[in-house]
Amino acid sequence: MKIKADTGRCVGAGMCALTLPQVFDQSEDDGTVVVLDAEPPAALGPAVNRAVQLCPSGALSVGR
Amino acid sequence: MTEATPRLATFPLARERAFDPPDELARRRDEAPVQRMTYADGHEGWLVTGYAEARAILADNRFSTRPELLHSPIPQRGEFSKEPLTPGFFLRMDAPEHTRYRRLLTGQFTVRRMKQLEPRIHEITESRLDAMEREGAPADLVESFALPIPSLVICEMLGVPYEDREKFQRDSAVLVNLDSSMEDVRAAVQDLLSYLHGLVELKAKEPGDDMLSGLVAGGELTTEELGGVALLLLIAGHETTANMLGLGTFALLTNPGQLAVVRDDPAAVDNAVEELLRYLSIVHIGPTRTALEDVEVGDALIRAGESVTLSLGAANRDPERFEGGDTLDVTRPAHGHLSFGHGIHQCLGQQLARIEMRIAYPALLRRFPNLRLAVPARDVPLRAKMAIYGVHRLPVLW
Repeated sequence: MKIKADTGRCVGAGMCALTLPQVFDQSEDDGTVVVLDAEPPAALGPAVNRAVQLCPSGALSVGR
Repeated sequence: MTEATPRLATFPLARERAFDPPDELARRRDEAPVQRMTYADGHEGWLVTGYAEARAILADNRFSTRPELLHSPIPQRGEFSKEPLTPGFFLRMDAPEHTRYRRLLTGQFTVRRMKQLEPRIHEITESRLDAMEREGAPADLVESFALPIPSLVICEMLGVPYEDREKFQRDSAVLVNLDSSMEDVRAAVQDLLSYLHGLVELKAKEPGDDMLSGLVAGGELTTEELGGVALLLLIAGHETTANMLGLGTFALLTNPGQLAVVRDDPAAVDNAVEELLRYLSIVHIGPTRTALEDVEVGDALIRAGESVTLSLGAANRDPERFEGGDTLDVTRPAHGHLSFGHGIHQCLGQQLARIEMRIAYPALLRRFPNLRLAVPARDVPLRAKMAIYGVHRLPVLW
C-alpha cells in the first residue's frame, strides 16, 4: 500500500489527520496534507481507506 | 438512461417532529433521490435527497456555487442572484478563486491547532457552567451556554471584541432568517461589513495576537476582502455550533439512554458528536449548486444552467448509507455524514466545532447530572424558519 497525496487539490479539511494522525498531518503554513508515512503497515489498511474515503477534495489515493 | 419525470413541488421546511427532517423529504427520497423541483422564481431545477447523489454533487466541480448562476429555493431570496458578491466571501466562489482565500485560512484551523485550543475552550466552558450555577435554575440553555461558548471562541480567535456581540448576533440572525426580505438582508450585510471594516482598520494600527491581525499583517487581502472573510467566519463560527449545542442537548435530554453514554463514557464522546451531527443535520435547506455543463447524477440528467438543491438532512438519514438512520444511536459508526458538506467547500471550521462539542456536552452533563427540560418538549420553540435549524430557547432545570 502506497499513499499518494495531491496538495494542489487538498483544501485542508483535516479529515485525514483526524482519522489517522500516525500517518497524516497538516502543514502549519496552509493546512494542506503532509504524509508522515507513505507506506504504512498493512494493519492500518482499513483506516487508511477510511481517510481516503472521507477526504472531501479527493486529494488522497492509494496504490500498490 | 431517462430523464426523471418532472415533479413540480417546492422545498419543504415544516417538520412534523423536532429532530427529524420534513417527512415529505423522506417520501421523495424513497420515490427518487434526484427529482424535479420548482424554484421560487419558477425555475425548474432539482431536489436531491439521496446520500450518494448529494455527496457526488458536492465533490463535483462541474457544479458551481457562484450566486449569479443560482436560483434560490427560498421565495424571499428570489433576487439574491442579482446581488454583487461581497469580496472575500469565498463560500460563494468556485476554484481557483475560492482556493486563494481558503489557503490563507486553513493553516489556522488544522486538527493540531484546534487541539492547542482545548485548554482555553475548557476554561470558557467551565466559566459558563459556574455562571449557570451561580445564577441558579431555571435557565435558558441557549443564552447561558450554547451561544456564549462558540461566540467567545470565535471572537477570541478572530480578534472581534465579545462586547460587540449584541450587534453582530442581531445582524447574523437576520441573515439566517428565511423570512427576512432582501432589503433586510442587504442592510444587515452592510451593517456587519462596515463594523468589520472598522475593526480591520483598528487591527492595522494596533495589531493583536489574533487571526484578523495576522491576515491584515500578511498584506495579501484588501480591507474589502478582509471584511468578507471576517463576515463569513464570524457568522459561521457562532450560528452553527451554538445550534448544535442547543438542539443536541435537547435531543439528549429526550433520549436519556443516549445522554448517559455521552455523560459517562469519555471514549464514546468523539463518535457521539459525529452521530449528533448526522442525526440533527442543522443545515435546514440546501446547499444549492448550478450545473456548468450537462451532468448525469444517478438516473437523472442535470442540464447546464439547472440548479440543484440538496437536503443534507434527508441524505444523512438515507437508509442505503445509514441503517436505521431515523434513530439517534451514539454508538453507530457515524463518520462520513454530510453535515459539514463535502468537496472543496467542506466546512473550514469543522475541527473547531468538533472540539467545542466534545468538550461542552460532557462538561454540561457532568456538572448537572439532573439536567432536565423546564417545559414540556413540545413547548420548546424550534427554528423552523431559519437557515440553520435548532432551538430558539431551551428552558432547563437541574
